[in-house]
Amino acid sequence: MILSALWGVVMMFTGLATPSARMHGRLAILGMTLLTGAAWLDFIGFSLLSDSTAGGMLLFGTYESLFILLMSGCALLYLLLSVEPMSEGGSPISDPLALHFFVMTGICIVAGYRSLLMLFLGVEILSIPLYILSASDKKNLRSNEASLKYFLMGAFSTGLMLMGIALIYGTRGSFHLDALNIGLEALSPLMTAGIVLLMVSMAFKVSAAPFHFWTPDVYDGTPTVYTSFMATIVKGAAFFAFFRLFQDGLGRLHEHWRLLMAFLTAATLIIGNGTAVFQQSVKRMLAYSSIAQAGFMMLALFAMNQTARTGIVFYAVAYSLSTIGVFAVLARMKDHSFEAFNGLAGQKPLLALLITVFLLSLAGIPLTGGFFAKYQMIAATFLEGKMIWMAVLALLCAVLGVYYYFRIIQAMYFRSGSSMPPAISADLQAVLVVTALLVVALGIHPDWLLGMLSY
Amino acid sequence: MLTAFDNFPALLIWLPLLGALLAFFLRREGVAGRWALLSSLITFGVTVASLFFQGAQHYALTQVSYVWLPDIGSSFTLSLDGISWILCLLNAVSFPLILAFSLGSPRDRPHVFYGLMLLAQTGLNGVFLCIDALGFYFFWELALIPVYFLASLWGGERRVQAAFKFFLYTFAGSVLMLAGILWIQMRTADQSFSLASFYRANLDPAEQAWLFWAFFLAFAIKMPIFPFHTWQPDAYEQSDSPVTMVLSGVMVKMGVFALMRWLLPLFPDAFKRFDEWVILLCIVGMVYASCIAMVQDDLKRMVAYSSIAHIGLMAAAVFTVQAEAWHGVLVQMFNHGINIIGLWMVVARIEAQLGVRKISALGGLAQKAPSLAILLTVIALANIALPLTNAFVGEFLMFNGLYRHNPWYAGAAGLSIILSAVYMLNMIRNVFLGGTNTMTENFADISLRHRILLSLIVLTILFCGVHPEPMLSLVEQTSDLILKRVLTR
Repeated sequence: MILSALWGVVMMFTGLATPSARMHGRLAILGMTLLTGAAWLDFIGFSLLSDSTAGGMLLFGTYESLFILLMSGCALLYLLLSVEPMSEGGSPISDPLALHFFVMTGICIVAGYRSLLMLFLGVEILSIPLYILSASDKKNLRSNEASLKYFLMGAFSTGLMLMGIALIYGTRGSFHLDALNIGLEALSPLMTAGIVLLMVSMAFKVSAAPFHFWTPDVYDGTPTVYTSFMATIVKGAAFFAFFRLFQDGLGRLHEHWRLLMAFLTAATLIIGNGTAVFQQSVKRMLAYSSIAQAGFMMLALFAMNQTARTGIVFYAVAYSLSTIGVFAVLARMKDHSFEAFNGLAGQKPLLALLITVFLLSLAGIPLTGGFFAKYQMIAATFLEGKMIWMAVLALLCAVLGVYYYFRIIQAMYFRSGSSMPPAISADLQAVLVVTALLVVALGIHPDWLLGMLSY
Repeated sequence: MLTAFDNFPALLIWLPLLGALLAFFLRREGVAGRWALLSSLITFGVTVASLFFQGAQHYALTQVSYVWLPDIGSSFTLSLDGISWILCLLNAVSFPLILAFSLGSPRDRPHVFYGLMLLAQTGLNGVFLCIDALGFYFFWELALIPVYFLASLWGGERRVQAAFKFFLYTFAGSVLMLAGILWIQMRTADQSFSLASFYRANLDPAEQAWLFWAFFLAFAIKMPIFPFHTWQPDAYEQSDSPVTMVLSGVMVKMGVFALMRWLLPLFPDAFKRFDEWVILLCIVGMVYASCIAMVQDDLKRMVAYSSIAHIGLMAAAVFTVQAEAWHGVLVQMFNHGINIIGLWMVVARIEAQLGVRKISALGGLAQKAPSLAILLTVIALANIALPLTNAFVGEFLMFNGLYRHNPWYAGAAGLSIILSAVYMLNMIRNVFLGGTNTMTENFADISLRHRILLSLIVLTILFCGVHPEPMLSLVEQTSDLILKRVLTR
């Protein structure tokens, strides 16, 4: 965490020191590698700092360290795939790269928080760089609009979160998660209001319906490389924080907020999947599909048990890998409509195959990571034993998902077109192959990750 | 310790898979197709050999099991018993025939085509062999995806839509099955996906009811049973002939097989509540499909609807839970697969030469192509289930069971057999007999390759029709074992 913050500062200054974009890119990849290495050391129990608990406000067990490790691993893959398109815009990339590292700091904080104060700090450190990133295409009106929209809505939800935290602090007299974990007898109206406000603000951050309206416009307006980051790693971290809050903080009240959560989940699933079907642009389709995927992850929050706990991280990883892969290709394309993919299989068979793997994973077809991700969510819902229809609804939504993901596959394989194939360099393709192999490995042998996550 | 014959189920998966992966890399002209044929012949050899090695004990579950996902409770368990053997045999016989047939007509990207074909064979064998529910679901999808690509890449003009409709229908069915599988797994004592644990799972009647329908829907769409059949005529019509043969010859049997292996033994209580409804559905579907087949002017669509009628009879016979009917279904699954592949071959040859499938536009082919006409007539008679043809054995046993269950049902189902004679003989009259017209004047007889293939099919038809005992004795023990489980719980 500290490393990522420091590296962010370093990145910022290198922007002054050297104007070479390639240098910045390499430096960023080096930094992310170091970060991943540090997370790995942390995970195997070799702590770099003797005390990283910040007076009990942060706690990093194996589960949390593993999450950071996975997310920084995904971020490393993301950077490897994205530095090249980033530097094409002409504007210096040291600043955006620095912002990525600040976001990673936020992710580390929200992964290990034990106190609402830290949650607030983490979410803010996570969000503010994103507001800037979404506006990084300064000359594009849509990018500016996206940023403003994101900022206004984000600020609003932050206000709600702060209000919720204040109300809870007012009743309990502490920010600590343990202090929150009370039974029904201690529940006061103020506390209830606080919980609902927290839920709403977190639902906003993970773009769960009905608080999702910002998502399509922001994802669409933001330069594609950054959309990839926002839609995957950041969203995974937000879900992790959301889950932690309701498991450790409010777990004993599960029965009471479950119905509300079920409503949010069902609405997210239906709206996300239902709207994605009608999109004409692949980028917007992916924005709605990210809402749809959020709906699946919400099932973990609804179920709130051991399977959900391992499943939500598994889902975040499988979903992030696949989405990063698709976005990496999309970032290299000028035209974001479905027609742009026409006939890709004829021109670039390997690339088409890779995209197919990512899309099959997003659709949840067996032998890909996405299948076991969805599997875990459904199993968690069944284990909960209440409201089985939620699982059936989710599965029917998965069928809708097949419909819109397969539109791209159909365009690539079954339609002929003279589309401009995206210019993907050999290096980039190699990273994509690694990503796809990881997706398939998660689908054939999910045990290694599930096993690590379950303690 | 794995002994020699324990390895057979595993071989039946790995051999075609290996063949498929290799075929994708054989880009040189004509190599992939020959390799695929060789690979399918090896698979055929192994399938036949597996019977001899197992000797008299083929009813016993010979199993091979790999540890796969211990945390989730799934292990990769394959078993070869009577009912899976007969379907693997169908698979093993069909693919060499289909591949040899498709070698006769060149196509673009042959390495992809043959790779996907063998991948489909892998998936199908997996469905028949796997007795772990999660593995079963995996193979169920694995069989679907190559066929989806095959049907979309080669075929008629509307193939993309037709294949996608087929894919969405079956996928929707199978996710419901997945939900059911997960639910049962949680109700098993040891949180396992194995078939044995599933059989022992404690499910109360209300649970069984919804699980029954979830599974039934998946299988009914696959078979397909009326009213879930609407994907089928489109898919059959639009796909390339070899793909249609895989679909109708082997793939639809997945549904019937799954009824016997999974649905009935898992939910005996629910089955007793709903069996009349399902049989009624099947019989309505049979008569309905036969009526539509009668008025079809397109050869492919006619065969497609006749297939719905035949599958409907099999499904109805499964639900009568009569021992003879089950033997009949198992034998008929094999025989129907062979017959319909023969029919498709004839249709494909006519279409390849004349470019039309309209019955009304054809006529007098028998004068021009005597050998095609003779071979077709035998296959058509087998499709009507005349005595001494293979289908007679199966259909007789199924009718017997249906009659014991309820004579009225047997009567209604018999109507569809009469109708099938009407449309098959009509087809022969309009297409093969009568005078030639300007288009059919230059029709040439079929080549040696197709003569051999069709003769092989005809020989199988006659052999199985005259001497059905070996096949019956093969399936009897397993079938009775499963039936006992259905009836005594």
